[in-house]
Amino acid sequence: MSFNTHKLLESKKKAILEQWMKNQLADDSLREDLISNEELRSQSEELISALVGNLSMADLTDLDSDEWSPVIEILGGISITRARQGFTPRETGNFVFTLKEALLTVLQAEISDNPQLLFEESMKINRLMDSLSVVTFETFIKGREEVILRQTDEIADISTPVIRVWDGILALPIIGTLDSARTQIVMENLLQEIVETGSSIAILDISGVPAVDSLVAQHLIKTVSATRLMGAECIISGIRPEIAQTVVHLGIDLSNIITKASLASALAYAFKSMRLEVRKANSVQKSNTF
Amino acid sequence: MILSLSKDTIEVVKEQDVVFTKNRVKEVAVRIKMGLVNQTRLITAASELLRNMMRYANGGKCTIEVVSSGRTNGIRLTFTDKGPGIPDIAKAMEDGFSTGKSLGLGLPGTKRLVNEFDIRSNVGEGTTVTIIKWANG
Repeated sequence: MSFNTHKLLESKKKAILEQWMKNQLADDSLREDLISNEELRSQSEELISALVGNLSMADLTDLDSDEWSPVIEILGGISITRARQGFTPRETGNFVFTLKEALLTVLQAEISDNPQLLFEESMKINRLMDSLSVVTFETFIKGREEVILRQTDEIADISTPVIRVWDGILALPIIGTLDSARTQIVMENLLQEIVETGSSIAILDISGVPAVDSLVAQHLIKTVSATRLMGAECIISGIRPEIAQTVVHLGIDLSNIITKASLASALAYAFKSMRLEVRKANSVQKSNTF
Repeated sequence: MILSLSKDTIEVVKEQDVVFTKNRVKEVAVRIKMGLVNQTRLITAASELLRNMMRYANGGKCTIEVVSSGRTNGIRLTFTDKGPGIPDIAKAMEDGFSTGKSLGLGLPGTKRLVNEFDIRSNVGEGTTVTIIKWANG
């Protein structure tokens, strides 16, 4: 900056902070439930110090330059934590916008006698703060996206449990659409579990799969083939009437796969092929109540 | 004479858009009181065509329309992509033919699942597939 605005602002750092805090506290969107005033003040102070310290040497137009990285880092850090804490974009944006107002207020008070200069300097500050607020938004969205990505991973993890329903029998309920990535996870988990438990029968339950198209069917067929290679038999259960009709119309041949309408009948089949029998106990135990 | 009652266009570019579009089709199908079996057939058909679009053309557009032929209502789905196009449509409509490593049932299977099926394709320009499923057809 030509005129010694940076020096001015540096000397007025305290005043700016006070003004900024005042603006922030007066704002309707202040979230006292999410962040304490002390925390807010320390965040603000940290940012102002970095910002004002930078004004002197850095190129105001090029935010990509190395001089700006500390400021952007601080701002990004604040913005990402806010995204995780559940602030709205407006609230996070206001954090920067109120700083702009504070800077401009102080600037105006200091060079009120020279409108031309005031305008020029204000424009510079304006431009700078606008690009900083864009940075805030970008990092805010990045923070949110990270949350979504994490949740996607979590869903992928929890959605494929392999259950030992009996000694030697595994069940794997599939819920939601089966795409290539999920099939891979399902197959890995299933095959791993077959090795670990030495199971000879695996039941794939597709009650929770909304539609079976040719790709899903292909994935199922692949999973069954892989299971067979491991020496285990694979039963597909949970085929609903509408799914059965759709599969027939599509022309998918599932005839060499054992399929059952419900998990119960698949389990019954599994018991039968393992020569196990489930019977009602025929002698009623004499109880002491009589 | 087929009248269009409502129209909705969805851009399909990401894998997640496929599930989103299928859900939208289901919503519309439920709204016009389509039976469960027909719903499933329509969604499966949509799923096949959406997957084709993602796989061979890197995405495209899907238009969901509620249409009426006077006696009955139905859903018309139009899938438009700007992919490489299909050189031999007759071949593509054969069971078991696939240029990818799939079962080759997508297009012929889809045709069996819906009431009306129309495919137009120009090599190098793209492909448009239109299907109609009547609520009780």
